Amino acid sequence: MKILVCISNVPDTTTKVKFADNNSVLDKTGIQWIINPWDELALTRALELKESSNGAIETITVLTVGAKDTEPTIRKALAIGADDAIRVDTEPKDAYYVALQIAEVIKNNNFDFVLCGIESSDYNNSLVGGMVSELLNYPSVSAVSKLEINGNEVIVNREIDGGKEVVTAPTPVIAIVQKGIAKEPRIAAMRGIMMAKKKPIAVVNPVNAEALTSIENFELPPAKAACKFIEPDNVKELVQLLRDEAKAI
Amino acid sequence: MSVLVYTENWDGKFKKLSFELVSYASKIAEMLNTSTTALSIGNVSDDELKKLGTYGAEKIISVNDDKLKTLENKAYTSVIAEVAGKEESKVIITSNNNTGKAVAPRLSAKLKAGLVSGATNVPSSLNPFIITKKVFSGKAFANVNIKTDIKILSLAQNSFELIEKNTTPSIENYSPALNDELFKTNVKDVEKQTGKIILTDAEIVVSGGRGMKSPDNWGPIEELAELLGAATACSRPVSDEGWRPHTEHTGQTGKIIAPNLYFAFGISGAIQHLAGVSSSKYIVAVNTDKDAPVFEAADYGIVGDALKIIPEIINAIKDIKAS
Repeated sequence: MKILVCISNVPDTTTKVKFADNNSVLDKTGIQWIINPWDELALTRALELKESSNGAIETITVLTVGAKDTEPTIRKALAIGADDAIRVDTEPKDAYYVALQIAEVIKNNNFDFVLCGIESSDYNNSLVGGMVSELLNYPSVSAVSKLEINGNEVIVNREIDGGKEVVTAPTPVIAIVQKGIAKEPRIAAMRGIMMAKKKPIAVVNPVNAEALTSIENFELPPAKAACKFIEPDNVKELVQLLRDEAKAI
Repeated sequence: MSVLVYTENWDGKFKKLSFELVSYASKIAEMLNTSTTALSIGNVSDDELKKLGTYGAEKIISVNDDKLKTLENKAYTSVIAEVAGKEESKVIITSNNNTGKAVAPRLSAKLKAGLVSGATNVPSSLNPFIITKKVFSGKAFANVNIKTDIKILSLAQNSFELIEKNTTPSIENYSPALNDELFKTNVKDVEKQTGKIILTDAEIVVSGGRGMKSPDNWGPIEELAELLGAATACSRPVSDEGWRPHTEHTGQTGKIIAPNLYFAFGISGAIQHLAGVSSSKYIVAVNTDKDAPVFEAADYGIVGDALKIIPEIINAIKDIKAS
């Protein structure tokens, strides 16, 4: 079995975002780039599955849609343990555009099982995994917090509002995963970092595709009013404020 | 044409989220000078369906087929697409909860219709069609232009007020095409959380962090939650340590919530945590460190030990309720 993990290159989650060109684009100055946290958990789980598969899972490939400047993030994924990588050489335009590129790669490479993080921490869309599934006419399971593979079937826990379901699906299938899928993201060891330098990154050209949406501009949220401090020996006042001022209790 | 809104049900009942969606759809229909149609999938009584009329649904299409008892993303996508086609809908609205996230992107690809997920308001302009959403985990807003003829919006939870319209809707029972090819996944088991308030639905959330010191100290948090009819939550280190289940983790990589009131006890307020809770209307923070970043996001703060303060809050609420 060949597994594909889609990874997105995103600003470190502690980044204080700024915008340029009349607030139309992200100002990339000084930003540290990381593997999108959900994708990193997906990759971690894929590696755990491979290690316990007795060879049934042959390779874990990571895929990114992005320009050359995404390669340090791809190398991180290889250092963590992915076997090889594919980069579709284009700037992402919107989720649909990215999904079309990913669908094309999957079609050309016969991946049996595809993992995507449930959202990316930059645009918070939660769109790409579902779109790829529909473009390929694959079944999908979303909000997956536990994942096992048994032969040609995946067994997942899917979170629903107020509970969870155990769901099975035959491959090929796309699992859109969230928190819980792996305990903690794996950290690259020195040996992994050295080995990653020699692992292949296949660069492929994008397919012609259009975007369905475009970001016109960004806005920063309005500044928040200062916190009202209440003395620790006057808890009663807090409760009164919550009732009378905030009308929240 | 009409605005089509998919309203999910839970064991045959709608909840506030469903009515928010209908209010939102109805407002956009008004802007577009058209009508609002709600689509319900599942076994829902006519009396329950009519409740959607309270918030402006003029027509309700009810699809009730045993095959659709559990969520099959492909099949649900196909049903919504078929109904949208039949109704010639130019705007389709879903929630942005787990179901919305599973189905809306598939629908977007199927119809080649631009989708904005987590919309926070009605369009700020109709031509071009501009929708605002949060990006960078709440650190900014983006104004997104949907360029396609059909537009899909998934509404961010708790971001649109209910508006009562009291229309009397017509109800149409509809049987869509459901071929076997749509059904590939199987639900083997369902485990429902019973008796507890669901975190993403809750109006009030009581949350604890590492400052609670031990999983054995959660009693007061649960007691306060029970007293207020609130859900319980926690910070990431607490769920990573296994003190609380990961389903309670609120923050950037956990649950993103927007309750009316959020209590942060012993949570320092890492930027990733605040990303998950900053949409709360009011935040109360209790922390021993007066410089903790949580106070920058909080509306009300107490510098003190949460373990000592929570029981006092419980007593003060009991007193106020008794008076």
